[in-house]
Amino acid sequence: MKTPPLFLSSRILLISFILLLLLLVAGLLGLSLGSSRSSFMMVIQSLQGSGLNDAMTSAIIWDIRLPRILMASLVGATLALGGLVFQAILRNSLAEPYILGISGGSAIGAIIGILLGFSRFPGVSLTAFSGSLATLVLILVMSSGQSMFRKDSLLLSGVMINAFCSAVIMFLISITQDARLHNILFWLMGDFSMVNLQQAGILALMLFPCFILLFWLSHTMNLLLMGKELAQTMGVNIKAVTITLLVTTSFMVSVTVSHCGLLGFVGLVMPHLLRLLLGADHRLLVPACVLGGGTFMILCDLLARTLPEQGEIPAGVITALIGAPVFIFLLKRTQK
Amino acid sequence: MSIAVVINNLNHSYGLRPVLNDISVSIFQEDFFIIIGPNGSGKTTLMKILAGIEPFQKGRVDILEKPVRHYTKKSLAKIIAFVPQTFSIDFPYTVKEMVLMGRYPHQGMLGIENEKDRSIAKEAMTITGVEDLADRKLDQISGGERQRVTIARAICQEPRIILMDEPTASLDLSHQIRIMDLMEQLKTEKGITIVMVSHDVNLAAMYADRLLILKNGHIVGAGRPAEVLNYDILEKTYGCTIIVDESPLGKVPRVSPVPLKFIKASRKRNGHFAEKQPDPEDGIPPR
Repeated sequence: MKTPPLFLSSRILLISFILLLLLLVAGLLGLSLGSSRSSFMMVIQSLQGSGLNDAMTSAIIWDIRLPRILMASLVGATLALGGLVFQAILRNSLAEPYILGISGGSAIGAIIGILLGFSRFPGVSLTAFSGSLATLVLILVMSSGQSMFRKDSLLLSGVMINAFCSAVIMFLISITQDARLHNILFWLMGDFSMVNLQQAGILALMLFPCFILLFWLSHTMNLLLMGKELAQTMGVNIKAVTITLLVTTSFMVSVTVSHCGLLGFVGLVMPHLLRLLLGADHRLLVPACVLGGGTFMILCDLLARTLPEQGEIPAGVITALIGAPVFIFLLKRTQK
Repeated sequence: MSIAVVINNLNHSYGLRPVLNDISVSIFQEDFFIIIGPNGSGKTTLMKILAGIEPFQKGRVDILEKPVRHYTKKSLAKIIAFVPQTFSIDFPYTVKEMVLMGRYPHQGMLGIENEKDRSIAKEAMTITGVEDLADRKLDQISGGERQRVTIARAICQEPRIILMDEPTASLDLSHQIRIMDLMEQLKTEKGITIVMVSHDVNLAAMYADRLLILKNGHIVGAGRPAEVLNYDILEKTYGCTIIVDESPLGKVPRVSPVPLKFIKASRKRNGHFAEKQPDPEDGIPPR
């Protein structure tokens, strides 16, 4: 056995550092590009708090773009991490909150919350959380026993849950004579245009503890992937760990869904890409998914803002346009 | 000789269907202990109860003189390691990563390995002959190699007992013998007690210090291979015609199930309705 050039802890630090740099670069790009162009230098000057910026530019950068970027990075991190965790629990590399229908469930919960006139936080977040827990239970029941590890049955139940959720969402939208209909539709497709700094702050406060908890459980996820029985005989308390992982992840996902709607496939694309680059060790993948997922989402949001000449596309459209073909490619490959 | 496992009046059922009835048996330390029996005899359930995977209903199971229920998952994992029948995974873990996971019960939550963990893993890979595969991915090696990696991981737990559920079932002859020789070596060199479920009666006869024969959740025989592998017990257990003689290797019983066409040929020679003891010449008992 040849000794690896770097031991695990230094590898984790090195990779996190590189990905953090990428995240910062993406963030700066996001700050400086947009429908009203402000140059990169202006952002730098504005960051330094000096320079010739007019009030308009600095308002665009600080009040509109910064919250969006923070929000996008938090949501991307959450969804990528959510995908990673579900893939570990179900031992299925195609699992993902959106594909499994968890996101759909929390969307139903969120819409009900919105229609009942709750505030975004905590009301809508809570109804979204209950929605996601309900679908989670449904998935676990439907795929219980032996078939839990069969790819097809799990994906099929996810497709059905998703179809059902879309129907319920459409039903809820069609029975409301709400002026905010356009808003709901837009939010549904994954949208960052209506966030402010305070929202991003609240979200960060709720998500960071989850990230830390999941990193703490990252090596246990490695063992989970060896199979339930093997993990148990290696000293893992399966029940406690699985429940902690499921509840934490559903919570994270429902919180982001209630703020930014449905953003699919991030949890599929990022873990796969990072696994190709870094291998399967979750102690590397958890921090990498947080930072890489954030970067990916900032870039998707940037595309969503800059592609159309006027207005913008929902970010969820971009992630789905990238993610769905990747999913089909991966499905093809795993079936070989 | 001290005792590794004591099972006392163990009863277990799935729903209303009893799978283990009143099992009492002791397993000595540093023994090669093999459990055989037909499908559905309760072998695997017994193995899972010993591994702490399956909670049992009635009776008592002591491991190193302490009830199995009194162990935490981690403390049990330091004493007992488990090797499943097959193992497959479609996540790109390397051989080395998997072997190091065996250190989990000895490590903190994040499992950051230290010098000792690395040297134990290295030794385990050398014993099992997988050190050249260290950086290969688990899905790029053969079934026999993967089985040896799983055993290397078990060794990393530094267990006193290794449980194995039909580890040779899907392997070819040479890999079967390699795995069995490896377990024999672990027993004699490291003093590890080996408890194995097997379908292969002859392999069991060659390696086991003691055998346990189960049928329908009852013990049909327990003891040294030469004591329990006889025509009476085996016919009762498997319900088919069987010849037992001595293997050319020496004092090891050899068990051969008899195909129907040989039984028919024998009957023709002896007359259709002959009710007589097996002829020592051809050794085929009547049906």
